[in-house]
This record gives sequence, C-alpha cells and structure tokens, in this order.
Amino acid sequence: MSWIDKIKAGIGGKKTAKDEDLWAECKKCKEQIYIAELEINLKVCPHCDYHFRLETRQRIHQLIDQESFEEHDQNLTASDPLKFRDTKKYKDRIKSSAKKGLSSDAVITGSGTIEGLPIELCVFDFSFMGGSMGSVVGEKITRAIERAMENKSALIIASSSGGARMQEGIFSLMQMAKTSSALSKLSEQKIPYISILTDPTMGGVSASFSMLGDIILAEPGALIGFAGPRVIEQTIKQKLPDGFQTAEFLLDHGLIDNVVHRKDLKSTLAQLLKMLKNNPTEESEEPTLTKPPELLGA
Amino acid sequence: MVQILEFEREIFALETQIHDLVSMSHMYDSVGDITHEIAKLKKKLRRMKYEVYSNLKGWDKTLVARHPDRPYTLDYLNLIFEDFFELHGDRHGGYGPSIVAGLAKFDGRSVMVVGHQKGRETKEKIRRNFGMSQPAGYRKALRLMRMAEKFNIPVITFIDTPGAYPGVDAEEKGQSEAIATNMFSIIQLKIPIICVVIGEGGSGGALAIGIGDHIMMFEHSVYSVISPEGCASILWGDKGKTSQAADALCITANDLLKFKVIDEIIREPLGGAHRNHKQAAIRLKKSLRKNLDRLTQVPLGELTQLREKKFREMGKVIEEGT
Repeated sequence: MSWIDKIKAGIGGKKTAKDEDLWAECKKCKEQIYIAELEINLKVCPHCDYHFRLETRQRIHQLIDQESFEEHDQNLTASDPLKFRDTKKYKDRIKSSAKKGLSSDAVITGSGTIEGLPIELCVFDFSFMGGSMGSVVGEKITRAIERAMENKSALIIASSSGGARMQEGIFSLMQMAKTSSALSKLSEQKIPYISILTDPTMGGVSASFSMLGDIILAEPGALIGFAGPRVIEQTIKQKLPDGFQTAEFLLDHGLIDNVVHRKDLKSTLAQLLKMLKNNPTEESEEPTLTKPPELLGA
Repeated sequence: MVQILEFEREIFALETQIHDLVSMSHMYDSVGDITHEIAKLKKKLRRMKYEVYSNLKGWDKTLVARHPDRPYTLDYLNLIFEDFFELHGDRHGGYGPSIVAGLAKFDGRSVMVVGHQKGRETKEKIRRNFGMSQPAGYRKALRLMRMAEKFNIPVITFIDTPGAYPGVDAEEKGQSEAIATNMFSIIQLKIPIICVVIGEGGSGGALAIGIGDHIMMFEHSVYSVISPEGCASILWGDKGKTSQAADALCITANDLLKFKVIDEIIREPLGGAHRNHKQAAIRLKKSLRKNLDRLTQVPLGELTQLREKKFREMGKVIEEGT
C-alpha cells in the first residue's frame, strides 16, 4: 500500500491495524487525526484543541531556541536506598523505564535560551515511571535551581508527574522539602521562576516546586491537583463535578496565573521574562533611561 | 472502652490475671500470701511487654501510632506546657481545626506550639477531620510561626496526621499551594524549630509542619510518603498487602534515624505511649528541654544555614563518572 492509499483508506474506508501508525484518535472529540498533521500542530487536536501529552524532547524543542539546549546531570541515576520490592523490584522498574525512554530518570534538565534570554529548564518525562519524583528528580531540579542562581538566569520547570515516587519512601517525600528550600533561596535572589503545569501535575510535585512559581501557567485541560480524583471520590463518596482539577478549574479558583495554549507558550514565556527583567533594581549597574532612547543621541 | 491491638492480647490477658489475683488476695484471707506469685507474674509481664514492643514491625507500629488512646497534641500541651493560649484562624477566611496552635510556657520560656489534632470522641473526631488538615490549617500554622519569628519565640511542632485532607474544597482552596508555601517559608524562619512526630507522619500533610532544625520521632510513631494501605493498593493492587507495604516503605523511627532523615528517637514507656501518657510526656519534655537549650545558643543566621544544609543533603543518587 502506498502512502497515499493509506491516507485514502483512513479517510474513507475501514482502517487496518497498520493505520495505528498513521492516525490517532483524539481523546476528547474522538476525531481521527492524521499523525503528521498532529505533529505539525504541536500535538494539539486541530478539531477541539485537546492537548496531547508531549514527549520530553518535543517539549524542550518547542520551548527554547533551536540548538540552544545543553543538558546537565544526565549521569545521575536512581539508587535503591530501601531495596524496594513490590510485585517487581524497583531496580528492574528503573532499568526497563530507562531502556524505553530517552532519559535516565523522570526529568531532563539543562541550560538554553528563549528568544536569546538565558534560562535553566527542567522538563518532566511522564513516560518514566509516571514522572514520579525520587531522589534523582529532586537532585536534578535542585541543581538546576542552584545553576539559575549561579548564572543569574531564569528558571523554568515544565511539570508532568503523578507525584512522589513511593519506591524511595521517605527520601522521595524529602525531595519536596529539598526543592522548596532551594526555591526559597532563588526567590531571595530575585531570580524569576516560571512554573508550567502540564497534564498531569499531581501529589508531591504539585505540592512543592510546581506551585511555587513567581508565575504559574498551565496548558489547557491539564489535570492538576494534590490528591488524585479517585482518592477524593473514595474519601467523600461522591461523584466529582465536571472539569474538577483541570487547569481551567484552578484558574477559576485563583490558584494559577493563566492557562496558555501550547502554540503561545514560548512567546508568552519570552514576553514575561522580558517584562520581569525590565526594571533594573537600585543595586543593578545597568543605566536607567530617563529619556526615550531616540532623545539620548544614541 | 480500651482498644486492644492483636499483638497486645497476651499482655492484656496476663494483666487481667494479675489484677484478679491482687483483688482476690485483698478479698479473701483464705488465699494466703501470694505476693511472691504476683511479683513473679509482674516480672513476666514486663518481660513480655518488652519482647513484644521491641519487635514491632512497620504495620504494627502504624497501628500503635494510630491508636485512639495515643497522646495527641492537646494531651502533651496539658501535661508538659503551661498557660497555653490557643490562637485561631488563617486570617483569610479559614479556621483549620485539624491543627491547634498557640502560645504556651515551657520550662519558664515562651514557645509557639503547632500540632495536628485528632479527636478522641466521635463528634470531636469529625470536628478535627481525623487530623487531616484543610489548607487553612497549614496557613494558620505558617502565620503563627512567622509571628513567633517576629517575637523571637522558638517553635515546637507535633506531627500526627494520616495526611493532608483529600477533598473537593481542599483542592479548591489550594491544598498543594498551602503545603508548598509552608516548606518554602519555614526553611527561612530565623527561629529555632523542633519537630516531633508523635503518631502518624502522613506525607505532605506532615511535612507542611515538618521542616525544622531538630526532627524527633517517638519510638512507635511512623513517617511515610504514603500510607501502607495506599501503597499496597497502588503497587500490589491488593489492599491486603499492607504489612508487606509497610515493611517495604521503611517507615519506623529506626529506619528514619538510620537514613538521617530524623535526628533523635524518643523512647516510649514500656507498652507504648498510649498506655502511659504521663511517662511519655516526661520523656518528651526532657528531649525538648535539651534541644531548646542547645538550639537557642546557635546564632540565627547559622541556624537557617544549617537547616537548609540538612534538607539539601536528603536523598540518595548514583552519580557516574564526573
């Protein structure tokens, strides 16, 4: 079957098993979308604007200037401090996740630029054990924060995580304290931190650095919350309202600054970063303009 | 009614036996002198308690930590603090009854006490929401800890919660934000902070008042990222695996001391704090006094640096070929 036949088959007639590689069904409007079109559209449904989950590398590619990304700390891997074993050994779960994915744990961190502005970027990999935060994630994020302080560059974290990684027990919980503590120092130094919440941002990740941005943005429809919807339903023994814990719900309740469409995310970040550094503080050595530049004889 | 845990049954049987013998010897002269027998049985009882309680595993300790007779924050406030004056509310429309907080005297000095509070009677349990705080409770805690900083008053927190409340209103009011902001802010407070896990240290809900300079746990308390039940149902897909999950999660005071997540274990009276509030409180008082004396000597700038360093070092990773 030639490629054009495949498309035709997809449009008109019945689909064969192989079509899975070419077509994707939108989870929201159930429309069939040609995958190439979906990719061009930044993995957003062209019919209903449903935002599909992005792979980490795609996210990095979409957010920062081409080829500006320099990854850090890829040599950090999970130890198994509890020798944890449920139906499977934690060590084996790590190995199989690392084999499948592109990263050695659930976050990729590095330096780069957005429209020329230097940033430290952390992007979660939800495909790696549900983006869960163990010691490696906590350490990589903390180092990224420390690097932002060192380089005086803004910090951007794009979260996508089920929460703390219970296979690391109390160590995973303490990563919440470690990252929040580091952000406290960053804030003291007045370095901007923009947090981007993507689908899903839950539990210990939501209850630490994700909710501590100077500015918090979220992608449309992203599930964001402390407790998972199932846990809440079991606790209150009631059905949850429609749209509960979506980005829009959080916006309505005053918990985030804005919901931003994926296509506008990079330009929004650039705009915000520029505005945040617009007014030099007193200690700053940058000259303050008292007249418009054209009148300064420049 | 006294609640008896499975592993306490033998202890209780023996206690009843001793009690019966004692009352019999008082009632009937014909019984003769059995003081020797009673003394022997009491010795046996002590040994039995010691053996049972020094071999408790994670799940057993979870049950002890959740025991309805275990001393709560308000019990310790009554036993070893004076002039407690409770302060309420987050000043932003929230009351936060699952956390009690206020000024008190300890050993002659002013302290700010902040602690989770579970209820003992049904009505009180509901009012306290079983110790599961809404965002307002955490915000109240932070407000009062900031006030303590302002007036140079050391802070003591008592941790005893199944976790932060998972409910619709809690989400609407920003449960995540409340917990995150507490950690973010408390780490910088220029005042000594001592945290004591007195019962259940339930995940983020515990950590929200769990940042401090000296972290202690009572011997039979637990501290965990998730409840053994939650972990069993997620990872094993079987709620019956709570005991395995509790072991795997390493939630006991001994585990956490070994991991250097906590600094000290407060030994409990034989048979657990739930059987002897007064003795537990005396031991707590001793540890608190020692550490308050020590921490109030540390310059405040150094104190926060040490606190930051303490949490910076938490976690275990493998770093290959740098």
